[in-house]
Amino acid sequence: MLEQTNVKTLDKVVVRFSGDSGDGMQLAGNIFTNISAGVGNQVSTFPDYPAEIRAPQGSLGGVSGFQVSVGQGVVTPGDQCDVLLAMNAAALKQNIKFLKQGGVVIVDIDSFKEADLKKAKFATDKPFEELGITPQRAQVVEVAVTTMTKAALEGTGLDPKSVLKCRNIFALGLVCWLFDRDLEGALRHLMTKFAKKPAVYEANAKVIRAGYDYGHNIHASVSTYRVETDNPRPGTYTDINGNTATAWGLIMASEKSGRPLFLGSYPITPATDILHELAKRKDLGVKAVQMEDEIAGVCSAIGASYAGNLAVTSTSGPGLALKGEGIGLAVMAELPLVVIDVQRGGPSTGLPTKTEQTDLLQALFGRNGESPVAVVAPASPTDCFTMAFEAARIALEHMTPVILLSDAFIGNGSSAWRVPDPDEFPEIRPNYLPADRCDGTWQPYERDERTKVRYWAIPGTEGATHRVGGLEKDYNTGAISNSPENHERMVYTRREKIARIADSIPALEVACEADADTLLVGWGGTYGHILTAARQLCDEGKKVAFAHFRYINPLPANTGEILSRYRRVIVAELNTGQFADYLQARFPEVKISRINKVQGQPFLVSEIVSRASHIMEEK
Amino acid sequence: MEEKVFNPADFKSDQPVRWCAGCGDHAILNVLHKAMAELGVAPHMTAVISGIGCSSRLPYYMNTYGFHTIHGRAAAVATGVKLANPALTVWQISGDGDGLAIGGNHFIHAIRRNIDINIILFNNKIYGLTKGQYSPTSDRGFVSKSSPYGTTEDPFIPAELVFGARGTFFGRSIDVELKTSQEVMVAAARHKGASVVEILQNCMIFNNGIHNHVTDREFRADRTIHLRHGEKMIFGKENQFGIVQDGFLLKAVEIGKDGYTIDDVLVHDAHCQSNFLHQQLAMMDGNALPLAVGVIRDVDSITYNDGVDAQVAEVRARKGYDSLRDMILAGETWEIK
Repeated sequence: MLEQTNVKTLDKVVVRFSGDSGDGMQLAGNIFTNISAGVGNQVSTFPDYPAEIRAPQGSLGGVSGFQVSVGQGVVTPGDQCDVLLAMNAAALKQNIKFLKQGGVVIVDIDSFKEADLKKAKFATDKPFEELGITPQRAQVVEVAVTTMTKAALEGTGLDPKSVLKCRNIFALGLVCWLFDRDLEGALRHLMTKFAKKPAVYEANAKVIRAGYDYGHNIHASVSTYRVETDNPRPGTYTDINGNTATAWGLIMASEKSGRPLFLGSYPITPATDILHELAKRKDLGVKAVQMEDEIAGVCSAIGASYAGNLAVTSTSGPGLALKGEGIGLAVMAELPLVVIDVQRGGPSTGLPTKTEQTDLLQALFGRNGESPVAVVAPASPTDCFTMAFEAARIALEHMTPVILLSDAFIGNGSSAWRVPDPDEFPEIRPNYLPADRCDGTWQPYERDERTKVRYWAIPGTEGATHRVGGLEKDYNTGAISNSPENHERMVYTRREKIARIADSIPALEVACEADADTLLVGWGGTYGHILTAARQLCDEGKKVAFAHFRYINPLPANTGEILSRYRRVIVAELNTGQFADYLQARFPEVKISRINKVQGQPFLVSEIVSRASHIMEEK
Repeated sequence: MEEKVFNPADFKSDQPVRWCAGCGDHAILNVLHKAMAELGVAPHMTAVISGIGCSSRLPYYMNTYGFHTIHGRAAAVATGVKLANPALTVWQISGDGDGLAIGGNHFIHAIRRNIDINIILFNNKIYGLTKGQYSPTSDRGFVSKSSPYGTTEDPFIPAELVFGARGTFFGRSIDVELKTSQEVMVAAARHKGASVVEILQNCMIFNNGIHNHVTDREFRADRTIHLRHGEKMIFGKENQFGIVQDGFLLKAVEIGKDGYTIDDVLVHDAHCQSNFLHQQLAMMDGNALPLAVGVIRDVDSITYNDGVDAQVAEVRARKGYDSLRDMILAGETWEIK
């Protein structure tokens, strides 16, 4: 059961600039405020000066801050900030209390040396630990601001003191990248500010670009979305983002199946955090390896699967394209494999840090031959845990690759999450070759006729040596076969095997209005937005219900029955209509309208409401 | 546990072998069965992983665990198999096209990591399964269906890639040299780490006789040298030649001529950590210097799989979590009543 959630997005973002009073935080904050106002945001600011104008540099008393809230419906500078910029150790110490749980801290790591820590009265050489900054508390982005500012201005002839005065503008450049602020506006403000000092303007113009480019180069991103649970159940909670939840769901599946967890991966935005998290989880016995490329990532996972592990590879769209042939091999060899695609904007390199749902058809069909795989899609950051578990369960119990379609929005987005009791999750029972069949008589493609799942004999098992591979095999003997009839039989068997997964997944549920004539439909990471929109529409008296798909292939068994209940179905998705096409091909009699958005941005609740209302007004 | 004795037949599957009559692969397959019997690792503890190509059909002819994967990727699959279950003895069967062209990246990285697998590289300098295109080991100017006017590129020398990736084991044999092949395969399997065994293999159909300038019986003894650790580097029908050091280079001399005595002849040291002389030996091509067969390099170094296992064990012991829930509860949490 999916927890009811509310997405709070994009309304407003609070950024707090903090540093030494000589660091120019007010200037950086003001420029950011002005350019935000210039692009139509409402703004509210709160300059937080130190009591002393010139307290000793780097000391706690010398910290200066500037908080700004930008966005829609902004009436206050905000109680707490989403992003905290701390130019030195003292600024971090003084300002961490203003940061929201799970927010982002950007620090100039060059100002965290021994002397800086001493001035800021840290007792140890571990300032983050001392302040209780755990990964749950805040996402820390360490940036060598001073070093890079110096590097950017090398050879300009600017004196060292003036060079250091540009650090704030480097940081501003990075913040502009994070919030998609065009540099032109910032440059205009700098030009006005330094009209009489062209050399200083030139230096700042260089540095702001350096900061912006740095953000671009490291694919820096912050989630400015929170997904909040309504009426939380009692229990122990922690803060979690979708990528961490994905990693942890896989670990839970490993515990519930008894199969060790293996990840073969390659870094790619916005999926890399899954590799990071599972690499840390060597403390739970996870083997997470960074391979030489995406193909080696999937192929090492296939090898690990063959050898009996719960094997996973994680990537984003471009990587999924590279892994296609490997996934086809796992289809043919009928091995369990979890493939995670944290979708981003495409095609090609596209928009690496932005969110889209444009890999659906690639996941379903992006391989040579008739190559069916199971596809599931988590609905929210916390649902990544459940659906990663489900992906692993389906892979292991049905001997098939499963593609988990997450996305940048839920992957980076965070939410409070109730730590589940392991008993809430079922045991995972792979279709092992029974011990009494390990007598040399078994054939590798023998299958359970009820589910069409072949038996799994793991290398190292005596009496079950066998060969598998990418060539077509005989249905009965498992030997290489070129028979036309056998090939067709195997094609339909592999298809039927995937179709029968529908027997083990939950039915599609419908929310909202009981006597609705219109069904709003979504899938994957857009759940929160569409649900919120559907509730608003109901409140406005519109006859609309809502159904959300987390199981894409196979679809829940009652899908056709539900869709046929409504006069009109509206599919809202962040692509040009891939899921709508998929549904339409399967249910040609259903009248499907579409709400599409392909801007690299999540939906706004308001745009779903207005577009759905518009469609419902049509005859 | 009781040592079980295996016969080559224990490693042979019931599938008919479908390589062309006279193909060098038949001999290599038979030797592999013998080498496995000599090693004494049970068939069910052995996994043979291959890519695509004529040679990559080999797993179907083994009564072990076997996986015929996709073109070029066997090294990556084999890496996953070994990491998942280090108790398995893992063999990778590959050819010059599969291993060095489409699979070149995985080949060098498997060697660099020193994953404990045994790579048998069948080198026939041609694509056989696709009917005769030049491969990355074909010599410049080689005429084939895809190079009708001769290639305009230089080949890889497999050994050079192995040394470039800091390989810990390199051996070589010729398909018809059954005893040498067996000796090198057994040594490769006993070596802990990535072992590469290059076997010069003859494709009867598309590249017949490509290795004849060294392998022909007429002069094979004079144009090849069998290197054995701790033994003098001598060769020739009457063992009349030897390898000596000549400045920075190696030189083949006739013992007793031009003032060279047996004392000048180098003694092979396969275990020397420096690969400088190993590389010089492996680059000998049967022209001015004899082509080297046998175990050329075999040095100890930590394997990738042992490194991963040791780290997992160390971190587990230090953190001491028993479950995901333990790990999460050790972090920052709060209660909602």
